[in-house]
Parts: sequence; C-alpha cells; structure tokens
Amino acid sequence: MEDKQYMEYIHTHAQKSAHAITLVWAFAVGGIICCIGQGFNDLFTFALPDWDKSKIGALVSMTMIFLGAFLTAIGVYDKIGIRAGGGSIVPITGFANSVVSPAMEFNKEGIVLGMMAKMFVIAGPIIVAGTVSSVISGIIYWFAGMVG
Amino acid sequence: MKVGKQTYLLDSDVYIQSAYSLAGPYESKGNFREYFDAVMEDDEWKCKSHEMAEIQMQRYVIGECLSRVNVNPMDCDAIMGGDLINQIVPTSFSARDFRTPFLGLYNACATFGEAMAIGSTLVSGDFQKVICCTSSHYATAERQYRYPLELGTQPTPESQWTVTGSGAVLLSKKPGDYPKIKGFTIGRIVDFGLSDPNNMGGAMAPAACNTIVTHFRDTGRSPDYYDMIITGDLGRFGRETLHYLCKKEGYVLDNLNDCGSMVYSDKQKPGQGGSGAGCCSLVFASYLYKKLIDKSLKKILFVPTGAMLSKDSALQGESIPGIAHAVIIERED
Repeated sequence: MEDKQYMEYIHTHAQKSAHAITLVWAFAVGGIICCIGQGFNDLFTFALPDWDKSKIGALVSMTMIFLGAFLTAIGVYDKIGIRAGGGSIVPITGFANSVVSPAMEFNKEGIVLGMMAKMFVIAGPIIVAGTVSSVISGIIYWFAGMVG
Repeated sequence: MKVGKQTYLLDSDVYIQSAYSLAGPYESKGNFREYFDAVMEDDEWKCKSHEMAEIQMQRYVIGECLSRVNVNPMDCDAIMGGDLINQIVPTSFSARDFRTPFLGLYNACATFGEAMAIGSTLVSGDFQKVICCTSSHYATAERQYRYPLELGTQPTPESQWTVTGSGAVLLSKKPGDYPKIKGFTIGRIVDFGLSDPNNMGGAMAPAACNTIVTHFRDTGRSPDYYDMIITGDLGRFGRETLHYLCKKEGYVLDNLNDCGSMVYSDKQKPGQGGSGAGCCSLVFASYLYKKLIDKSLKKILFVPTGAMLSKDSALQGESIPGIAHAVIIERED
C-alpha cells in the first residue's frame, strides 16, 4: 500500500472529535467560570462601594487566579479540563492552571532548577504572545491617534 | 536457523521458566485483574517520585520472578530490558541492585519483543538463564512525552493511556513443563508518514503488518497455525487498521488480538486502550503466561509494537517510525 493511500485511509477511518458535544461542554464550563467571575465582581462592588472599577477588576482577577491555582493544587482542575477542553483553558483560571501544574510537576528536581526554571514552560508562549500583541496594538493605536 | 528474510527458528529449546507481573492501580481494575501477580495500591508506591517508583517496580518484578523458582540473581547470565524514559533510567537503575550482567535495550514499546528475541538467541547458545523485563508508568511517560499531570488538557479520541505496570520473564535452558520460545521474526522500521503523536496505533500498524506478513512468507505458515496472534499496544483503531492492512496483503487474521485494547475494561474508557513498554510485558507475564501454562493457548505469535518518536522529533515535524518484532511461543502437550 502506498503512503498516500494509507494517509487517506487513516484520514477517513480515524475517530473524529465529537465537535458538537465538546463545543457545548466548553461553552457551558467556560460560561460558568465567567459567571462566577461576574458574581465576584458584583459582590466586591457591593461590599466595597468606595473602590473604583479598575481596582474591583484587579481584585476579581486575583480571586479567579487563586481559585484556578487552588483547584489545580488539590487535583480538581485537570479533571474539569478533560470534559471542558477550551472552556477551562481560555479563562484566567486556565492560565493559573498552566503555571501551577508545571510548578508542581517539576518540584521534584529542586526549587530553583526544577520548579522555578520550568514554571513557565506552558505559560511562556502566552506571555510572549501577549506582550508582543500589546506592543503591536500600542503602535497601531499611536498612529491612529496621529491621523485622527 | 535462518528461515527466509528475517525469521530465525531456534535450534535448541528455550523455556520461559518463570513470569511475574505487577499492575498499577488503574490497570488492576481492568480486564485482567484476576491474572496479575501483584498490584500497586497507588502510583507513587511509597517512593519520592514517579521515576523512583518505576525503578522500584522493575526491581520488585525481577526479584519476585526469580524467587518464585528459587533462582539467585547471581546465577543469571544477563538482565535485559528497557522502558520509555530517557537513558532507560528505570531499567538500568533497577539493575544496579542485582549483581547480574546487564544489557539495556530500547525499541520503545516493542522493547519486550526485542529482549525476548535477543534473550532466546543467547539462551539457545551458551547462556543458561536470561531475565527479560520492561516497564512503563503513566506519570513518567506523561511528563516526558506530553504535559504536566495537573494540566487541564483534553485527550483526543485517538489517544492511548500509558500502562502503569511491569512484567518480567526468566528464559532458561532448564527443561521443564514450561512454554518455549521457538523463534522470532525481527521487524524493520516502517514509516508511512503519519506524524500525529496522538495516533500511535495508526503509526505502528504498518510496521506490525510488515513483520507479520514477512513472518508468514518466511515460514510458509498461515495465520490459523497460531491460536492467537497478539500485538503489543496498537489500541482498538490500530488493531482494526492492522487487520485491514494484512487483508490487503492476502492474510485474514481472525485470531488477532491486542494487549493494549484488551488491558482496560470498557467501563474505564481510556481512549483507544493502553500503550507503553510495560503494556505487553504486563499482559504477557499475567494473562498470556497463565493461559500458556494451563494449556488453553498452545501456539501464539506475540508481536510487541513500538512507535519510535520523541517529543522533539514530533515538534520538528518528523513522522513517526514504527517497529514490531514477532516472537513464536509454543506449549507442548
């Protein structure tokens, strides 16, 4: 059998992801995480009436990051991820998960060369992409300001 | 004696005198739960890390395999085996506790087949006793090939679950009422260009097909000569693909089975089934060996399969080369 024919066979016969179900799960779990975040936002706005919006936003992010890290540490977040897929990766809790999980994994190779060195193996690309895209959008914003 | 292109039939008798299997906690709930000799209560097995647990697993399995037939490790001529971890650390580190000559092997998940082929050749020569042992551990393999354990990723439908387990066999010249290794077909690397590391069954099936078809052409045997043709860790999809590929070559394998697709029960749902260097050795040392001993299986063709990829080779866009070795195991009446 030729390589090409075989690739075709694999392509047609291999089991595909059940997109409909995985999309619904991702939407539902991602939505629930965002609702929890909104809930904290409302709660903090109510409890701290003197604080302005940006401070409240930072407090909500911190709370959600803590929850993501905590659920990772007690071994729950990966189980949510098996079902939710992108739904639990995209929110800020997923970012916390991607930093805490390698920190836990490589802790056995020591604090400095294990945990600290490898903490960002998964989150690193996100930080690079975020920094680069903010620089690019800043430049566009600056030029747009000159024109307008 | 060489037969055909890649097959060797052994001139003198090589007996599988003893076998011992150790299953991980998840595997111990699978289809072969009543066949395992020992079961781990948890993944770390009172060790500091999963890697150390895998070292301890091999040490335990080799020790028990020998003490079962009252053989001293120092009376063995060689320990040979391997695993999936870089520099085959679990195997070589477990061997430092035995004062036995050591040969480390690597053929990914087909290492057990490689060990049996080389071991039986040595025993049919001047060697008296050789131990073959391989292992794999879910946590050590995940860390090396994929992501940290606690990262919330979603497995693809094609992916397999690395078996936590280890199996060892003692090959010996000593005659007795044991199964015999009669010969083997050494496979060659086959690569059809598949590069998805989540679909290892598809990558290994062409190699398994090549080895099995070569075996039949070399020996002139037909598939029904064997009670069972059992591959290593193709998984359900890989097994179907192998059946299809062999049919195209003119061999219908009705007695085809796969250790990886059998090791977990349907309830456990670990994707396509089990994989790993310990998958086929665990199933051989438990289920298959006991079936050979009680004579419900008499002739089997045991075909461990391996996917020779690393994390870096996959990231560099390389395809996945497959390998398979076929070992003929027979039991006399």
